[in-house]
Amino acid sequence: MSTVTGTTWNCYDSATMTPREIYGRTLAEMAKTNDKIVGLTADLEKTTAMIYFAQAFPERFFNVGIAEQDMMGAAAGLAKCGLIPFASTMAAFASMRAAEQVRTDICYQNLPVKIIATHSGISFGHAGTTHHCTEDLAIMRSFANMTVIAPADGIETSLAVRACMDIPGPVYIRIGRGFEPPVFQDENHEFKIGKAIEMNPGKDLTIICCGIAVLQSVLAAKQLAEQDGLSVRVINMHTIKPIDREAIMKAVTETRRILTIEEHNTIGGLGDAVGSVIAESGKGCVFRKHGMQDCFSEIGYAEDLYSYYGFDADGIVAKVREMMGLEFEADENWEDE
Amino acid sequence: MEKKELARYLELCKELRLKIVDVMTWSGGAHVGGSLSIVELLVMLYFKYLNVNPKRPKWDDRDRFILSKGHAAAGYIPALAMKGYFPEEELKSFNHFKSPFAMHPDCNKVIGCDASAGSLGHGLPMALGLGLGARYLKKGFKTVCLLGDGECCEGSVWEAAMAISNFKLTNVIPIVDRNHFMIDGNTEDEMALEPFADKWKAFGFDVLQINGNNIEEVDDALSKAWRMTVPTMIIADTVKGKGVDFMEGNVKWHYASADSALAEKSKESILKEYEEASRCLQ
Ligand SMILES: Cc1ncc(C[n+]2csc(CCOP(=O)(O)OP(=O)(O)O)c2C)c(N)n1
Repeated sequence: MSTVTGTTWNCYDSATMTPREIYGRTLAEMAKTNDKIVGLTADLEKTTAMIYFAQAFPERFFNVGIAEQDMMGAAAGLAKCGLIPFASTMAAFASMRAAEQVRTDICYQNLPVKIIATHSGISFGHAGTTHHCTEDLAIMRSFANMTVIAPADGIETSLAVRACMDIPGPVYIRIGRGFEPPVFQDENHEFKIGKAIEMNPGKDLTIICCGIAVLQSVLAAKQLAEQDGLSVRVINMHTIKPIDREAIMKAVTETRRILTIEEHNTIGGLGDAVGSVIAESGKGCVFRKHGMQDCFSEIGYAEDLYSYYGFDADGIVAKVREMMGLEFEADENWEDE
Repeated sequence: MEKKELARYLELCKELRLKIVDVMTWSGGAHVGGSLSIVELLVMLYFKYLNVNPKRPKWDDRDRFILSKGHAAAGYIPALAMKGYFPEEELKSFNHFKSPFAMHPDCNKVIGCDASAGSLGHGLPMALGLGLGARYLKKGFKTVCLLGDGECCEGSVWEAAMAISNFKLTNVIPIVDRNHFMIDGNTEDEMALEPFADKWKAFGFDVLQINGNNIEEVDDALSKAWRMTVPTMIIADTVKGKGVDFMEGNVKWHYASADSALAEKSKESILKEYEEASRCLQ
């Protein structure tokens, strides 16, 4: 397990810093004691918060200009020198523009390149579809050797950035635009790649979510407890790959209703990862995937879009209510399934 | 160019710059710097050179325009409104929920827009395809593609450049807005482009180097490009933030929002420069 210690900023700061700032500072902090860490960006050092690293360690920071494919190829080259490159750009460009470089140069050669992809999902709403990214989880999950993480907030991003150092191969960390409200108050909880975190206990239904959906699901669970007397389990599935099968199977057998929520196309992302675990188990349960329903987003500010697409607590409450009306095979005899 | 004609274009440029400031205010944030730098190019293209008809935006034989530096939508979309594709009033919705107008243009939502853009390095390959298609279909339309200088870091730009020259296309006009900045700084400090014209020449282009904020020089270059017999491109040397004195050449204004005080200050500067230019004409 990786712990967060020895930082010059404290928990109080992290509550006021944006997720981008937090990871930017975390990275600069880590690089103080590890001279193998190098940084890359493609004309987005301020936008991605690599600037903290860039200012502290100009001799091992490389801004390649607006050239994402070149950045990922160069990251592979740096890794071949025994270095640990952190490459950061917007998710759309990291996962799509440079997809083959990530797959062939980084994953195929199994190099320890850590990709920090910002502005994921529809968090950059008013920028339009070219700057949205509701495909990256699907793309990155399908690359062998790749670990895929979608932290819930800035604190978890910081924990993920530290923890990814323990992974010998490539890691893709997906964050939002950087203004998302925090879920965690401090860093005092265990963060282990591949191990989901139960945010709220429950027995009627389980929400399995990642990213911005975690905070909203926690709020929705509270609302459902108060208004409907429902006990809703909320699982923060911060690691999309490798997925925590145990947490999913526990939810299947204990709650028998599962709703996945992701700021991503419902094809290929968290929902499908969870769904295939359920299907392979042969157990029956009520299962729904909530996310972008195979469409490109409307234009608008993220907050407006989140409520329009039902990613806010109200939208999630409505989804859960809908699912509570659905039937699953009610007997406890699993042998016939 | 006759004084009367020049006065008309100066007036249109002033109007477009004022609209860019409006969009910066209404939208909550816009790429002002790179929108202000291309005003003369947009005005001369839409009000003199491009053979387009706002009443028939999808007319098959129209000239095409691709804003490859799609983030300059705050300049491009108001220019389309001024041309008459849709009411200027609609610009107020810029960036807001379900608006057709975002930071980057969507051709399925913006009437008159020929290609969606925003991810840099996509425009010139599409222009190449339009050029090849027009030639094969024996159509006479031109395709103009406006790129950012920073955008030319993308390899795909050079892949298309190589192909345009290889296929000897004379119906595609690449224009680079050489405003000397990308997001993180000056191009020469961050990722040096120079000797920039030589690179295009080495790829087989006749290069027209002009002051892209000078109406007469833009006019002259476009008229030459429209009559080209070998692949030709334009490097338009411009000032990022042109027309608003405190934004000019300052990387801080790549992307910004404005409250009413800032908008007022910006407009004052635009009007002052316009008055000076008009006075010189008399
Ligand atoms: C493929 C891609 N990478 C990164 C970006 C983010 N981005 C938007 S504008 C910009 C700088 C563009 O610089 P330049 O082309 O010189 O445009 P200008 O200075 O005229 O605004 C960047 C890096 C993008 N839109 N597309």
